Amino acid sequence: MVKPSKQIIRPYGDRRDDGVVQLSFTLPVPLSEKAKEAAAVFTKKMGFTDVKVAAAERAADAYTFFIVYARSSVALDYAEIDVPEVVVKKMSFDDLNAFIKEKVKRRIVVFGACTGTDTHTVGIDAILNMKGYAGDYGLERYPWFEAFNLGSQVPNEDLIKRAMARNADAILVSQVVTQRDVHKDNSRHFIEAAKAAGIHGKVQLLLGGPRVDHKLALELGFDAGFGPGTKPSDVANYIVHALLKKEGKEPKDAHYQGEPQ
Amino acid sequence: MPGPFIEDARIEHARKLADEIVNPIFDLIRRNTTVSTERTVLRFFGLSGAGARGVPLANLMVDKLKAAGVLNKGAAYWYGRALQLGAKSPLEAVERLTALPTEKLAPLSPEQEHNLREEVRAEARAALDDLKARIAQREELRKQFPMPPAPHKYVIVATGNIYDDVDQARAAAQAGADVIAVIRSTAQSLLDYVPHGATTEGYGGTYATQENFRIMREALDDESRKLKRYIQLTNYSSGLCMSEIAFCAAYEKLDMLLNDAMYGILFRDINMRRTFIDQYFSRRICALAGIIINTGEDNYITTADAYDAAHTVIASQFINECFAKRAGLKDWQLGIGHAYEIDPYREDTLLLELSQAMLVRRCFPDAPLKYMPPTKHKETDIFFSHTYDVMANLVAMWTRQGIQLLGMMTEAMHTPLLADRYVALKSAAYIHRAARGIDEEFTVREDGKIANRAREVFARAEQLLQECRDEGMVTAIGRGHFGDVKREETGGKGLDGVLEKAPDYFNPFLELLEAQ
Repeated sequence: MVKPSKQIIRPYGDRRDDGVVQLSFTLPVPLSEKAKEAAAVFTKKMGFTDVKVAAAERAADAYTFFIVYARSSVALDYAEIDVPEVVVKKMSFDDLNAFIKEKVKRRIVVFGACTGTDTHTVGIDAILNMKGYAGDYGLERYPWFEAFNLGSQVPNEDLIKRAMARNADAILVSQVVTQRDVHKDNSRHFIEAAKAAGIHGKVQLLLGGPRVDHKLALELGFDAGFGPGTKPSDVANYIVHALLKKEGKEPKDAHYQGEPQ
Repeated sequence: MPGPFIEDARIEHARKLADEIVNPIFDLIRRNTTVSTERTVLRFFGLSGAGARGVPLANLMVDKLKAAGVLNKGAAYWYGRALQLGAKSPLEAVERLTALPTEKLAPLSPEQEHNLREEVRAEARAALDDLKARIAQREELRKQFPMPPAPHKYVIVATGNIYDDVDQARAAAQAGADVIAVIRSTAQSLLDYVPHGATTEGYGGTYATQENFRIMREALDDESRKLKRYIQLTNYSSGLCMSEIAFCAAYEKLDMLLNDAMYGILFRDINMRRTFIDQYFSRRICALAGIIINTGEDNYITTADAYDAAHTVIASQFINECFAKRAGLKDWQLGIGHAYEIDPYREDTLLLELSQAMLVRRCFPDAPLKYMPPTKHKETDIFFSHTYDVMANLVAMWTRQGIQLLGMMTEAMHTPLLADRYVALKSAAYIHRAARGIDEEFTVREDGKIANRAREVFARAEQLLQECRDEGMVTAIGRGHFGDVKREETGGKGLDGVLEKAPDYFNPFLELLEAQ
């Protein structure tokens, strides 16, 4: 393969290659001449030159907020930036709903529960409930998802039975308690039950929890795993893409931003 | 006052419909009690501690009474029985009661029954007097350090650690905030107990506990004195512990509470009966404690489209107002909620938002109103986001909102950085300063876009109220009329905590609060 020719770029302020960037940050000190100098020093330490502290504002008694303009001498070769083109951007709430409407053409049915003896609904609620988590809406709020949150201490078989009755596209299993690896035992039991019910490999089976990662979920027989910090929109994006892949509407090797790794 | 738009008679009619909608729900409220109501009664008596493994004593005792099948007489009654058995403190009362098989207690003579109730009533009166004295301290501080004119600038802290929250709250107050809200930990509303003590770990927010309330209020009292400007504190009386949180907040002298008659049902899937019963007692406490409630209608238009669902906000506000008035709340305590949420890429959105905010102002002329900033259509382009918030500030000023939650330019990204609050407060102060009195200067034409849109929305709200009246509230919620969410009367969380009151049910606090 012929290597593309170099394409050196730097930030553009108002002239090509002037390297101008704008920064804003807060230092935990009262506003003073010394504080302004500290902001300039901090910016220089990051490697910037021509530092101009444009604004120094008293954000509170002991905090000063700065807006700084400076130049960077860092340059990069744009030709060397390698991003696989198949990567689809993670979609926002509105975009994803529009996407489901256009591609799937029906509401996606999702069931979730914290199964086994675990009483903690924090995880499943964060993903499914209206309110969502950290400002990211839960699946209940997506008009193009039909989400059912069965709560906690739900027997694996019950979750599977109820999901099958509604032809669910995906089942979410949340496991919070991890003493003596009870989450793994229960998850294995869920997969056995799913196999017995004949939905393994057909319905998307997702595992989530603070001690869960994608690798563990795959080992246990799930299609994907979601660990701490997962937002409802991450799960929503995953389900949509996985469904489209299953239906052959998206290439099997298509990748997208934020997919479980 | 921006335009009449709507005739007085029609607004009265909407109020009458709301009244008729709420009527049947009050039968339910009168006939039943809940575990959280009974725990609140015990907290009033001073049962605020926790036992082994952090289980609140109020839960311990109420669970015991419920298991014995006698909670329907009221926790206050059994508290009285424990005192008669010689308990010298609330803690001892719990121990005595939890040690005894309650069904084995010998029945009392009518006279003894009467005396027991009188004794407990006397203690309840003393507890209420104690609470009132604490509220009076807060009133004194408010008088000494007056608040600036409305809109009161409301910002949120959400670190998960109450001590870090204190630092951020102080910083926000110094930057000009009038109201501090401490966001709760994710899903606290689904806990059927109020956690105990100071907490330093939360998810997406900080647990609401009585001790956390105390710590934050103490810091803000101190800051109020320094700034010579009273700083208000708010938290969340929603979920499965509405009235317990209301009590803790009242006792720790909080100023406001998010408190909605239907939010829990719709957005947290809490059982309908449970919520209706709990909200009543919680609002009775707010009424006594001079707490301003903030209702949550803004949530409807983050679920449904803000333009299409505008009338559901108005209809719900009338219903929320009616619930509130029946619980003894006064107009000045009604932070009726709404929001600046119409898709900014539509045409005329400033006019549409003005129309909606003016309509709310028209319907509730004496309520402070709580205005929420844009969130649903926020972008990660913080410069656009900031401009967008500024427009909401202008509408808030123009329609004389009492409480304004300030938008954060990083809304779509993360919990606010310290500087984000500063930037929001500085620009809100500018808009408030620049535009104060704008509503007095401009008259809105009665035949223009703003007035016509207000009339259209009001007419649809009236129609929705009519439907809720005819079908009943339960059916209306079942059909997804509010926020596009459908809930059933016996669905959701917490129904098992609802109990039918025994004929001799006893709750001296409810008696006293209703007599206030």
